[in-house]
Amino acid sequence: MRAGWELVVGLEVHCELETATKLFCGCPNAFGKEPNTNVCPVCLGLPGSLPVVNRQAVELAMAIGTALACEIRPSTFHRKNYFYPDQAKDYQISQYDQPINVAGHLELPDGSRVGIERAHLEEDTGKTTHAGATGRIHGADYSLVDYNRSGVPLVEIVSAPDIRSAAQARAYVSELRAVLVASGASDGKMEEGSMRVDANVSVRSGPDADFGTRCEIKNLNSVRSVGRAIEFEADRQITLIESGEPVVQQTRHWDEDAGRTVALRSKEEAYDYRYFLEPDLVPLAPDDGWVEAVADLLGPLPAARRKQLIGLLGGEEALSASQADQVATVVELGLDGLTLAAAAAGVPVSLALNRTANEAATDAAAARRLESGSFASLLALEAAGSLTATQAKAVLSELLVEGGGDPATIAAARGFESLSHASLASVVDEVAAAHPSEWERYRTGDDEDVKKLTGYLTGQVMRATGGKADGKAVAIELQRRRG
Amino acid sequence: MNDGERMGLPAPAAGLAHAVRTGAASAVEVVERHLRAIEGGNPAINAFTLVMAEDARRSAEELDRRVAAGEDPGVLAGVPVALKDNLCTRGVATSCSSRMLEGWRPPYDATVVGRLREAGAVVVGKTNMDEFAMGSSTETSAFGPTRNPRDTARVPGGSSGGSAAAVAAGFCPLALGSDTGGSIRQPAALCGVVGLKPTYGTVSRYGLVAFASSLDQIGPLAATVADAALLFEVVRGHDPADSTSLDRTGPPVLPALDRGVDGLGIGLLTELVEGADDDVVAAVDRAAEVLSGAGARVEEISVPEVRLGLSAYYLIAPAETSSNLARYDGVRYGLRVDAEDTTTMNTASRSRGFGPEVKRRIMLGTYVLSAGYMDAYYNQALRARTRIVEGFSSAYGRCDLLLGPTAPTTAFPIGEKTGDPLAMYLSDVCTIPSNLAGHPAASIPFGTGADGLPVGVQLLGPVLSEPTILAAAAVLEAASAGAAGPAPNRAAEGGRR
Ligand SMILES: [Zn+2]
Repeated sequence: MRAGWELVVGLEVHCELETATKLFCGCPNAFGKEPNTNVCPVCLGLPGSLPVVNRQAVELAMAIGTALACEIRPSTFHRKNYFYPDQAKDYQISQYDQPINVAGHLELPDGSRVGIERAHLEEDTGKTTHAGATGRIHGADYSLVDYNRSGVPLVEIVSAPDIRSAAQARAYVSELRAVLVASGASDGKMEEGSMRVDANVSVRSGPDADFGTRCEIKNLNSVRSVGRAIEFEADRQITLIESGEPVVQQTRHWDEDAGRTVALRSKEEAYDYRYFLEPDLVPLAPDDGWVEAVADLLGPLPAARRKQLIGLLGGEEALSASQADQVATVVELGLDGLTLAAAAAGVPVSLALNRTANEAATDAAAARRLESGSFASLLALEAAGSLTATQAKAVLSELLVEGGGDPATIAAARGFESLSHASLASVVDEVAAAHPSEWERYRTGDDEDVKKLTGYLTGQVMRATGGKADGKAVAIELQRRRG
Repeated sequence: MNDGERMGLPAPAAGLAHAVRTGAASAVEVVERHLRAIEGGNPAINAFTLVMAEDARRSAEELDRRVAAGEDPGVLAGVPVALKDNLCTRGVATSCSSRMLEGWRPPYDATVVGRLREAGAVVVGKTNMDEFAMGSSTETSAFGPTRNPRDTARVPGGSSGGSAAAVAAGFCPLALGSDTGGSIRQPAALCGVVGLKPTYGTVSRYGLVAFASSLDQIGPLAATVADAALLFEVVRGHDPADSTSLDRTGPPVLPALDRGVDGLGIGLLTELVEGADDDVVAAVDRAAEVLSGAGARVEEISVPEVRLGLSAYYLIAPAETSSNLARYDGVRYGLRVDAEDTTTMNTASRSRGFGPEVKRRIMLGTYVLSAGYMDAYYNQALRARTRIVEGFSSAYGRCDLLLGPTAPTTAFPIGEKTGDPLAMYLSDVCTIPSNLAGHPAASIPFGTGADGLPVGVQLLGPVLSEPTILAAAAVLEAASAGAAGPAPNRAAEGGRR
């Protein structure tokens, strides 16, 4: 951020809910089917069809509200009227002035807190494809509409304008994604459109200045885009203001390839949506019992899970910066269950965290399917010195592919057996005899020599044992002989 | 129970069903007789937009097979029923009498159509209506006006004019209509048949092409009170596909039909009487005397809030219309006028597909929902609606039912009001308040006006008071039998043995 300026960002996140069926009909809530095969009279908006609210969608919305510390309230649905071919009824059913969740907040890993103004239910639209040079509806040769997505349940989560940096915006989206996954509401797949972000961006001269004119940026499909787009947009606005030009309130599109935002439409062109109460639906009035039942089903949330891991590592004070990152990663990816299972089996927490954050996390989807018992027993073997780090990592890759299995069996099949102390000692003796001058320098040299030659001699031991020796054990043997 | 009677009341439809169920008549004979009546009479009346002769014959044959096999096909076995053409019929054109829906065949049946078939009814056709149910004379139809069987120079009323005329002409003993501001009751009155607008939420709207969702309600038209009650009984009931459908739709109506009105309090509703023609008011006064003579305590009651009805209705209904009819955009079904781009295609399709009255209401509705006007118009209308409900509520603290005319006049000549929308809108001034309140109301033929045309009197009641309304209607029907008599069902009578 340029000196003398403060960034102000509010984010609107659309989250597709992981329900079995769509929001107002019985069509499966499925991704990737042949166009227009996952439809019925209701989600096609055929004359005479009527919507019926999906109970599971309401429960997931309440779960999100609970996870975001919102007040869950009686709510209503409105019609948002506008003509567009992807909108089967030419209106969208959405919650308007009486949303189901209001006034919550999300605490980020760095301890900062972002207010949540509301998190409301609405239906998704179909998908249009415009053929022709423009790629937009204007000037298209023809347009195709796929209504498979029409009526898929969404929760739109609107933050307060509390975000003050691009990094904080990224952290917010990451944390929100982890919360949505943890609450069972979403698969969190931004790349498949399960989460879509719009950013309201403005700048001002300082914390006490009035908010500046804001622009809304659409089409942010990754955490990285969120950060880049906000940085670009802030810079654009500051440049305008510093050169004496006004920022025009408008909707802008993020062009990922060009790395810039482009104007879509200004406030004057904004549509009058003529919201009014949806007469085909009745108000939602979840009673306390229902709200509590949903809250009871909610598992531990990312913040609590991070706290648990940090506690096992000895608390905030004992935590290194890299461990803090590792904790954030495993929780965000939903892999902390593996770390906890290994720790419960007696594996040192730092080792369990290392293997989870560095190795398991490389294929998070596979790691989420991995039996935590297999993971724990593998790390127990490594901790006991029965497998070297290199061997343990190799076995872990195989476990990830297979989704589980007995690590000892896999290790044996690969011929992984650590050398016994006795045989390691004799190999070290053999290496010493085979490299007398190096050995002499190692025993009598200065620190520099010792450091260099430790590496050399360890390499020779490894070569002699075909990699079966444990690095730590070799170091101990070498050290012992130096006296 | 005799053929053609139920609880001692005339019931031609019930009689036909009884004959078919007991094997005394075949469904094929019954259906053929009515199809002949339609073939002979419909060209002069234009009650049907579509006669489903082949479908009807197939259904009738199947019913006869089932009866022969010892099955009971249901309480409407073999009874020909007409459907207003805004009720979706699977694979069969459903037009709302609009060019906009030209060629559209719904892939599904409305819930009420399914219920009719389960009760053994035979759907004989789709009836003409004002375009998208917007009108009071069936003159805004893209298929030309329906004529009143009592006087073919006159309108049948609307918007369910085709359904009312079909019953009045004896083309079928039963028909379904929809009532948003009087569209069942007003044509029933003008054609001299019985029409019931049930409590909002008692009959599923699933498959009823929406006009104004918070007001629309499907209901029966029949030659007699007992038949109307029977059809209501068949189609009503909770439907999980309609979120506004009531969980409990009230006690059975048929056992209440012969209950009479002894001890009931009935209010003669001042505001409904004040705008009506003298001959219509005279009929209402006679009805009040009949009810009083049958033991009801009749007194005049004023519900001033009712005067807000017409204005509130013409803000709320168009507002919902503007949204409900947005989907006719030329993209997926119905009429499409191709153009350079999507917006122009939308505009051209809607410009050509909708008639002037529909366009007028869409524009009005769009306006009253617009930013800056919404509070002055739409929200104000909602407040008026609440006051009407409160007004009725206080009246029903003092009486059980209200009585008044169904329409201010008898059937008017075709073309008389087409150039004057406000005059046309006034035809519904007596019926609109019940829609705004969500209350049931029925129109019962009761004598004739100075012109010899039928007059309908209206019985209004609170939520789920259909049994009481129909019991009082039966008393009026019995009393009027001597004077004008219930509408003859010629085809049905011809078949009775
Ligand atoms: Zn569907």
